Amino acid sequence: MSTETLEKPKEAVKLPVEELFSKRRKKLITDPLGEDNPITVQVLGICSALAITIKMEPTLIMSIAVVFVVVFSNLIISLMRNIIPSRVRIIVQLAVVATLVTLVSEVLKAYSYEMYKVLGAFVGLIITNCIVMGRLEAFAMGNKPYDSILDGLGSGFGYAWIILVVAFFRELFGSGSIFDIKIYDWIANNLGFHIQTNGLMVDSIGAFMILGIIIWIQRSKSGYVEN
Amino acid sequence: MRQSNTYILLFTAALTIVVGGLLSLASQGLAPAQKISVELDTKTQILSSVMDRNELAKLKKDEVLNLYKARIQSLVVDINGEEVLKNAKGNPMIAEEVDISKNYKKTPEERVYPVFKYMDEKDPTQVDAYILPLYGAGLWDKIWGYVALKSDLNTIAGTSFDHKSETPGLGARIASSEVQNRFVGKHIYDDAGNLVSVTMVKGEGHTGLTDHEVDGMSGATITGRGLTDMLENYLSYYQSYFKKVNSGSVANL
Repeated sequence: MSTETLEKPKEAVKLPVEELFSKRRKKLITDPLGEDNPITVQVLGICSALAITIKMEPTLIMSIAVVFVVVFSNLIISLMRNIIPSRVRIIVQLAVVATLVTLVSEVLKAYSYEMYKVLGAFVGLIITNCIVMGRLEAFAMGNKPYDSILDGLGSGFGYAWIILVVAFFRELFGSGSIFDIKIYDWIANNLGFHIQTNGLMVDSIGAFMILGIIIWIQRSKSGYVEN
Repeated sequence: MRQSNTYILLFTAALTIVVGGLLSLASQGLAPAQKISVELDTKTQILSSVMDRNELAKLKKDEVLNLYKARIQSLVVDINGEEVLKNAKGNPMIAEEVDISKNYKKTPEERVYPVFKYMDEKDPTQVDAYILPLYGAGLWDKIWGYVALKSDLNTIAGTSFDHKSETPGLGARIASSEVQNRFVGKHIYDDAGNLVSVTMVKGEGHTGLTDHEVDGMSGATITGRGLTDMLENYLSYYQSYFKKVNSGSVANL
């Protein structure tokens, strides 16, 4: 779990009537996808990124769950931001996040029991996903609802695409399949050569390696260095 | 005003009520769907010990439930092979609702043991296979499953295993049909009629295995041992029931 300090709320530029997708608002979404990515740059939410990325399908469900939770908790906290007593704001944030997470977990149990069994504890652990609490404290407490939704979408998808990429490589190399479609078997049957699956990839170590490579590529492109 | 203690108390109280109310509403509202999900999951697992898992996965929810209704007859017995008709609360005992993991905490004598009879498709009075639940310990956490015995109560017709957190790629392979199919056709009794169960050997790629051994899983010796123990333990608990069935003393068992 990362303990780094949270960034200051971004100053909202006051315009008479701001466009629905103004430049500033677009940046709210696009920044976390790339140069301000929660996983690769802020190094938040690593725990679940390691735990649930063995296969694509649970990773996709987890992504949807995280996007849902971060968007709606951002919205709710932003709506309540002027009535929340600042001394108990973390507890209030926690209560909102926990409620949303429990709802997701209950819905999964009712309608996708298979996934509920696979993801089990990890859905509950979205509560402790630093990205969610981080966005609430850093953004939603000081910004309007619509901006907060955009910010939530940005951070949620920033998290989602990274773990989906990690899961893609881990499932391909570790289990020889994508979304449980057996790619390696198909290659063996049709092209006639057998590829051995890599057991390292189904372990957490595999996620560390792929995550490391993604961060490497991203930072060598963006020129980002740790201060 | 927003900093006063009264405001904070009122605010948190209101929040608690709203959040609590919302969650209990959701819990109540989703309970029926969740019950069906759990039921479907249990029944799919039971059926998958005698049926092809891939075929089963193609069926719709209702089809699985209908198939289960048509083909499975269940009952609950105790360690002495006597049928148990009432549960602890005095309600009718339902085999599908017996929680094997809760039962596991009791001594073997105090437990109840569900039996799922897979009936013949053409003659619904003939039993094709007896499906028994299993429960035990793997390397990291619990493992469980079902074993199906043919009507001779000796030949294994199929198995289905699952686990909570065995190592992916190693012990977790017990949940794959490849490993489960290794048990098919093996026998649990020796020629003298003693229970020997089926042992998963250490290592993988063995040839010349006996009638009571299956090939192991490379890198998952302890999970394999857990599987062997679980199978042997639970088969031994059903011995009295098997004797009753074989002697034909109780027709409806």
